[in-house]
Amino acid sequence: MLTTEEKHKIDHEISMVPSPKNACIEALKIVQHSHGWVSDESLKDVADYVGMSPAELDSVATFYNLIFRRPVGRHVILVCDSISCWVMGYESIRDRLTEKLNIKYGQTTDDGRFTLLPNCCLGTCDRAPALMIDNDLYRDLTVDQLDEILEKYT
Amino acid sequence: MEKPLTQHIVPGHAPLSLKEYEKVGGYQSVRKILKEMAPADVQNLVKASDLRGRGGAGFNTGLKWSFVPMGPEAAKPKYLVANADEMEPGTFKDRVLLEGNPHQLIEGMIVAAYAIDASVSYIFMRWAYKVAAREIIKALDEAYAAGYLGENILGSGFSLDMHLHTGVGRYMCGEETALLNALEGKRANPRAKPPFPQVSGLFGKPTIVNNVETLCCLPHIINNGAEWFKGLSKTGDAGTKLYGISGRVKTPGCWELPMGTTIRELIEEHGGGMQDGYLFKGLLPGGASTDFLVEEHLDLPMDYTAIQAAGSRMGTGTMIILDDQTCPVGFVHNLQHFFAQESCGFCTPCREGLPWVEKILLAIDKGEGKPEHLLTLDFHTKYLGPGNTFCALAPGAMEPLQSALKYFREDFERHIHEHHCPWSKAKVWQPSI
Repeated sequence: MLTTEEKHKIDHEISMVPSPKNACIEALKIVQHSHGWVSDESLKDVADYVGMSPAELDSVATFYNLIFRRPVGRHVILVCDSISCWVMGYESIRDRLTEKLNIKYGQTTDDGRFTLLPNCCLGTCDRAPALMIDNDLYRDLTVDQLDEILEKYT
Repeated sequence: MEKPLTQHIVPGHAPLSLKEYEKVGGYQSVRKILKEMAPADVQNLVKASDLRGRGGAGFNTGLKWSFVPMGPEAAKPKYLVANADEMEPGTFKDRVLLEGNPHQLIEGMIVAAYAIDASVSYIFMRWAYKVAAREIIKALDEAYAAGYLGENILGSGFSLDMHLHTGVGRYMCGEETALLNALEGKRANPRAKPPFPQVSGLFGKPTIVNNVETLCCLPHIINNGAEWFKGLSKTGDAGTKLYGISGRVKTPGCWELPMGTTIRELIEEHGGGMQDGYLFKGLLPGGASTDFLVEEHLDLPMDYTAIQAAGSRMGTGTMIILDDQTCPVGFVHNLQHFFAQESCGFCTPCREGLPWVEKILLAIDKGEGKPEHLLTLDFHTKYLGPGNTFCALAPGAMEPLQSALKYFREDFERHIHEHHCPWSKAKVWQPSI
């Protein structure tokens, strides 16, 4: 069930476009903002609300890598694996994260704290290697900074 | 040396507020066009300035606008979209403009919207630019409050709404018709052309999509004229350019310099030269989807004409350096993994061809390559080249591959003959863990 607040926000997005369907990505973002991800149930709720079939909406949802169709942890770590970060040796960062968190790409820690994902170029190549945790960008990274960075996220 | 686009950007400092921006001449171009110029005058001035699209394609901006239907009969509303989806690997120049001076972008967008008589505009920005989003929202509020946006701007009768739209990922969104699909809440597949967006774009209405850096040039062209803009350049391609360097140079970064600054000056003076212990081997001049250039090209001016004549493209103007200690096969493998992953899957050559290329490169990288693999890669550079795919993604992907096969073929062959990567094992690019 969409909450009243979610419906209110989605209605605002719908008011700005010719057809409710045009607001479907914004609606998915709104649902993901409240739940952290988009469950099958949420997907169906949004589809009904904007007048699409669940399959049609899922084809949109699964196209975009920042719409999560599986549960994620409280914090999502996005490790840039594109060319400049690779040249600058991002693997040591990735390896330290997988070792410390004991998870691989696509997995979530047992305590639900972190999900680790690879991500393409974050657009900060002059300060590679880089990663993002939630809304925060970290750059010029070295392995020994990671413990302190991770501690900020509970 | 004039740096019109970045003169008010101080790294590490908040961008100018609207009041501060006005004090240094901000929004003067809006006042000027609304008072003195018809939309056609703006189009003609920008056409005469030779401003070319800074997103990579390099098409004359004024000419692009001229295909938009004008006059009372034209379909309405018309749209202007700022392409701020900077996702080309190795590219970080628009971030500088978005975070550093959001009012300059808004001012440029008002000029562009006026030139094509658009009444609604969007800034389509990638999700990762959180600081830029915050600054742009603030700047939009200020611009609305000051009457530069909204109904009847400065009493001129011209009205323009402007919205920030942040995306949810995917490289495809940078392709202008795919971007329009994303804005409409669809999968970001590219659209067939014609009809071109200028005639039938966002929601089927006439639409112009311009790159952030392109738009940021506009206030300065309006204020100072076409000849001034051309005079900023060292070569025949007009203006300044935001150049960038990433990779193993001493001081990687982004700098606004005269168009046509040589590659050597960029690397040695601005990038500080190669890091100690690393030698230059090659570079991609303008992002992941441009052909390699090598030592012999270092004295070329970085502009559209010279780089194209050398068999590559200036692209976004942000170069990625390949050093002697980085395996060229691994480098290209990383790029092809990106392109295969980011293919929208709509057309068969791209959807099937890019993963094939990626698999072969992985095999070669791991020392499991066979001599015939190079021929398979060669034919992919033709079959995934221009004209064989629905959009420019796969042809762009083939640019670094075909030039790597040309300039670094011996390195590919060594992997195959020696059955291992001659560079350190850690340098074998492994996308999954």
